[in-house]
Amino acid sequence: MKYIDEFRNGEVARGLAKAIAAEVEPGRAYRLMEFCGGHTHAISRYGLEDLLPDGIRMIHGPGCPVCVLPIGRIDAALWLAAQPGVTLCSYGDMLRVPGSERRSLLKAKAAGADIRMVQSTQDALALAQKRPDRQVVFFAIGFETTTPPSAVALKQAQALGLANFSMFSNHVLTPPAIAHILDSDETVKLDGFVGPAHVSTVIGSRPYEGAAAHYNKPVVIAGFEPLDVLQAVLMLVRQVNQGRAEVENEFARAVTRDGNLKAQALVAEVFELRPWFEWRGLGRVADSALAIRPEFAAFDAERRWPVPDISVADNPACDCGAILRGLKRPVECRLFGTVCTPDNPMGSCMVSAEGACAAHWTYGRFREGETR
Amino acid sequence: MCLALPALVTELLPDDLAKVELGGVRQKISLALVSDVALGDYVIVHVGYALAKLDPEEAAKTLALFEEISQQPTEAR
Repeated sequence: MKYIDEFRNGEVARGLAKAIAAEVEPGRAYRLMEFCGGHTHAISRYGLEDLLPDGIRMIHGPGCPVCVLPIGRIDAALWLAAQPGVTLCSYGDMLRVPGSERRSLLKAKAAGADIRMVQSTQDALALAQKRPDRQVVFFAIGFETTTPPSAVALKQAQALGLANFSMFSNHVLTPPAIAHILDSDETVKLDGFVGPAHVSTVIGSRPYEGAAAHYNKPVVIAGFEPLDVLQAVLMLVRQVNQGRAEVENEFARAVTRDGNLKAQALVAEVFELRPWFEWRGLGRVADSALAIRPEFAAFDAERRWPVPDISVADNPACDCGAILRGLKRPVECRLFGTVCTPDNPMGSCMVSAEGACAAHWTYGRFREGETR
Repeated sequence: MCLALPALVTELLPDDLAKVELGGVRQKISLALVSDVALGDYVIVHVGYALAKLDPEEAAKTLALFEEISQQPTEAR
């Protein structure tokens, strides 16, 4: 597959790993957070930590929108699905995430709720047009990559006067989450960030410049293929060694400094900042999520229905919160591999394939030296 | 969730839609978020939408850089 296979070449990967090993200063630790769930998955899947020298520690950040959605919002989606006449449309990733009392959208569907998996907001719009007798609610989640598709859907719904369509917005933002992590005393000390790939195709590289300067940490935006990640690690190691804190772009084939201005304009037209939003594992973060603007209020599920707004605490034994902040590794959670497995997930780090726990379960456990 | 893959544009359709192909799988996607997409372009597709066009020159430069670095002789440690 073009633009994929070439970026997975094993021999080149080993060559890049050698170059990294040659530049790592002996005895020095490099704590690099990969923000994005897609990178967590790529690192695990391709065994990149085995290729990297010991001085480098990859820490998995909270860039998995499924992982950071609090239980209360899943419960709210379940509440919506239970309203008379509602057909709830959702991306596949959300279907198995446990809410309160271990309920999930999938279980609710099995019990008779009209919940449909969709691959695109276009599918939800088409369904609303085909079934004027149903209230079609789209369960919107995701970072800046996934928000423009929601914006397009809302604009199209408005243009069509699609009165039976509405959206439950849980879109979240990347730079405030990075800032929140760096501001927190509880986060493990970090030396640099691997910046998200496809979020950056939309927002560009410019939004990271303020954070890099303010916190004095380098950010290298990387593509999702293993060679991209290795190259980004090399660029970060160089920056750390040279005492630089710049934003560099490894994913130049898809990311520019400006990003996708058309998509940004659409999002700005349809969405506005929520003053705060609760993130699983991070607590309340200011200016970190999006609500639907009053101009599109007719299509806002939170205005159409009195959606309950409850904050639900995580299972006390579940360490997703600490794991999302890089404070613990999956194996350090008591539930990992015992009660909590992909077949029986207790928290979202295990349910989402991009979660640190699912990634470790699928790929990481088989590495030499791992006992769990 | 963040998954997005580069796909080849094989057909342009009305209403800002297009057919793309990736690894033998064909899909209909929306071009509402991009401009000036032509047949034969590669686009990054996410949840049924093209988010960006892939720049073949930059892709080639990146691959060449990887080759160069991976071939560099490194001192034995």
